[in-house]
Amino acid sequence: MPSYLAKPTPPNQDKRWKLVDATIRRQGQQQRGLIETLHTVQEAFGYLDVQALRYVAMSLRVPLSRAYGVATFYHFFTLKPAGEHTCVICMGTACYIKGAPQLLDAVQRDLGIVPGETTADKKVSLLTARCLGSCGLAPAVVYDQEVAGKVATPAIREHLKKWTHV
Amino acid sequence: MTPEELDQIAETEREAQSHFTQRVNVCVAAGCLSCQSQAVKDGLDQEVDRRGTKDQCQVKGVGCMGLCSEGPLVSTSAGVLYKKVEAADSAAILDSLDGTPVSRLVCPTDVPFFQRQKKIVLENSGVIDPDRVEDYIAANGYTALIKALTEMTSREVIDHITKSGLRGRGGAGYPTGLKWSTVSKSVGTQKYVICNADEGDPGAFMDRSVLESDPHRVLEGMLIAAYAVGASEGYIYVRAEYPLAIKRLKNAIRQAERVGLLGANICGTRFSFRVDLRLGAGAFVCGEETALIASVEGKRGTPRPRPPYPAMEGLFGQPTLINNVETFANIAPIIRNGGEWYAQIGTEKSKGTKVFALAGRVENTGLVEVPMGVSLREMVFDIGGGIPEGRKFKAVQTGGPSGGCLPSDCLDMPVDYESLARAGSIMGSGGMIVMDESSCMVDVAKYFMDFCMTESCGKCIPCRVGTYQMHRILTAIGNMTATAQDMKMLEELCDLLKHTSLCGLGQSAPNPVVSTLRSFAEEYRAHVEEHKCPAGVCGAQPVGETA
Repeated sequence: MPSYLAKPTPPNQDKRWKLVDATIRRQGQQQRGLIETLHTVQEAFGYLDVQALRYVAMSLRVPLSRAYGVATFYHFFTLKPAGEHTCVICMGTACYIKGAPQLLDAVQRDLGIVPGETTADKKVSLLTARCLGSCGLAPAVVYDQEVAGKVATPAIREHLKKWTHV
Repeated sequence: MTPEELDQIAETEREAQSHFTQRVNVCVAAGCLSCQSQAVKDGLDQEVDRRGTKDQCQVKGVGCMGLCSEGPLVSTSAGVLYKKVEAADSAAILDSLDGTPVSRLVCPTDVPFFQRQKKIVLENSGVIDPDRVEDYIAANGYTALIKALTEMTSREVIDHITKSGLRGRGGAGYPTGLKWSTVSKSVGTQKYVICNADEGDPGAFMDRSVLESDPHRVLEGMLIAAYAVGASEGYIYVRAEYPLAIKRLKNAIRQAERVGLLGANICGTRFSFRVDLRLGAGAFVCGEETALIASVEGKRGTPRPRPPYPAMEGLFGQPTLINNVETFANIAPIIRNGGEWYAQIGTEKSKGTKVFALAGRVENTGLVEVPMGVSLREMVFDIGGGIPEGRKFKAVQTGGPSGGCLPSDCLDMPVDYESLARAGSIMGSGGMIVMDESSCMVDVAKYFMDFCMTESCGKCIPCRVGTYQMHRILTAIGNMTATAQDMKMLEELCDLLKHTSLCGLGQSAPNPVVSTLRSFAEEYRAHVEEHKCPAGVCGAQPVGETA
């Protein structure tokens, strides 16, 4: 078999590639499965790095440029590993009206990073969300997958202190 | 699955439920879950276990009850609604089932927030367990599908939808019957039905709530649509940001397959349908149908010019029907009760009910379903309970980044597609954000322009460059450095984007600016000429926080 038709081997021995392969098979190894496959990679590894993109692109036979294009087009995909904890501040309209910018301001000052960055000690990643759909509880913040509603500045500072001082 | 088998499941379930003399429903939709309603449910379960009353008292996790700001909400068979319940209240609530309600937790339901609503889409929300198909079937679920498959031709189904006057609930308000009819007439080897659950508008959570509270209702709507247009495959395009909705949808699909309501030869007919989930990945533009199709095909979500419309050439080049979650959720009741029944509700051109997500500076935030044509004043002051802290109403924003801000002189306007459009806003998917005098309208316009600028896919120049330029000018106004020349440019750009952008995102991006320029010109003038912000918002924030 010519080499370009052979199934590529995963970048390393990590068992999580089996999950990725399963998604690729479920999509019939078709190009249309690109986004679904990238979702699986991100779910398994936490982010998409170049070797993962290369492996997915080769497996689905799409140009690497297209895999990279899709990965950077959608906000949900991240090319950088996240810190130990993540703090997502919702910037949806309801949260914006009810003081999310002030929360963000305070966190940015406390941590010294802007949204999309991780603190130097890799403890906390700060992100913003378009809308979590928790508008009834605005302003909303997600601490490590857990949604908290009606968050005030002192509360978010308190929570982040617990993460940074352990 | 035959009609008799469906009846059997409904009978068995009703029989099983009739053994319980007491019922306690706990909201386990995302709003209340983030107020720890799971702990409340666990607490109630343990307490029932401890008392050994498992055979008489049923504790059920149900969907959204609407008043999200007072969660976690619990309703009981005694007809009482409790708010802000904690796990520690379990014993008190169970004690109250046969006696007097726990007064400190009672949430009054004789207020306009509950009384003014008319529930069609949300009729099962807060009543059935979204994780059990049997519960849905016991509440007359899937009877509309069986009726369509066994008693009606596809033509008759479409006729009923046309007669009902239902219009697309995603925002544009295109007549649903007409769309179905076009797809059914299109020729293709394979037709598709897509459910648009990519609820990208900030400030809108209707679709999330419907999917979390009543996923089978959406599946049933899709099945009926597929039968009507002759499709055999479907996709639900749902935001990856809604993990609970995804989990419940997956579960619902599995259950429907198990009982034979999805798959080959449904109900012993020639009709077959299978459905799969596709996860969106956070792109607002994917709410546009051609961009959504590109995304389902695994590509970047960029729109393409129409025609050809997806009804002719959609997913993989085949005729495709795309409807919003709420549109599909309206289908089953229409088929059950007939198109004429639905057409009686609402206004002359906007039929039926609409689900709104009420949020912002208003007392009662949450999800409400009202007949089309109620006034904005009723929405904000009766249902919404008015503005908290005695502040003054300033504007209500509808339609998200594509909509507009309506000032107080629009308050007596009826809420329907035409009236909102005339006032310079749109119905949109149903987000309704109330603002009081603490919000600066220039800042709000800048906020939405920032959104559109970031979400612009970059394919067409008017949108890609225009939103950037408009945002730059709005930022300058906020920083009190804008000139009269800038204001003129801003108005020109509004016109340019509206008329030359490729898709709805760019065409409607100026709406928040146009509507605030029209109703709040005084605020813009104060920023530009007097260098001050009447609401005291602008100038306080760092520049360029969009990065």
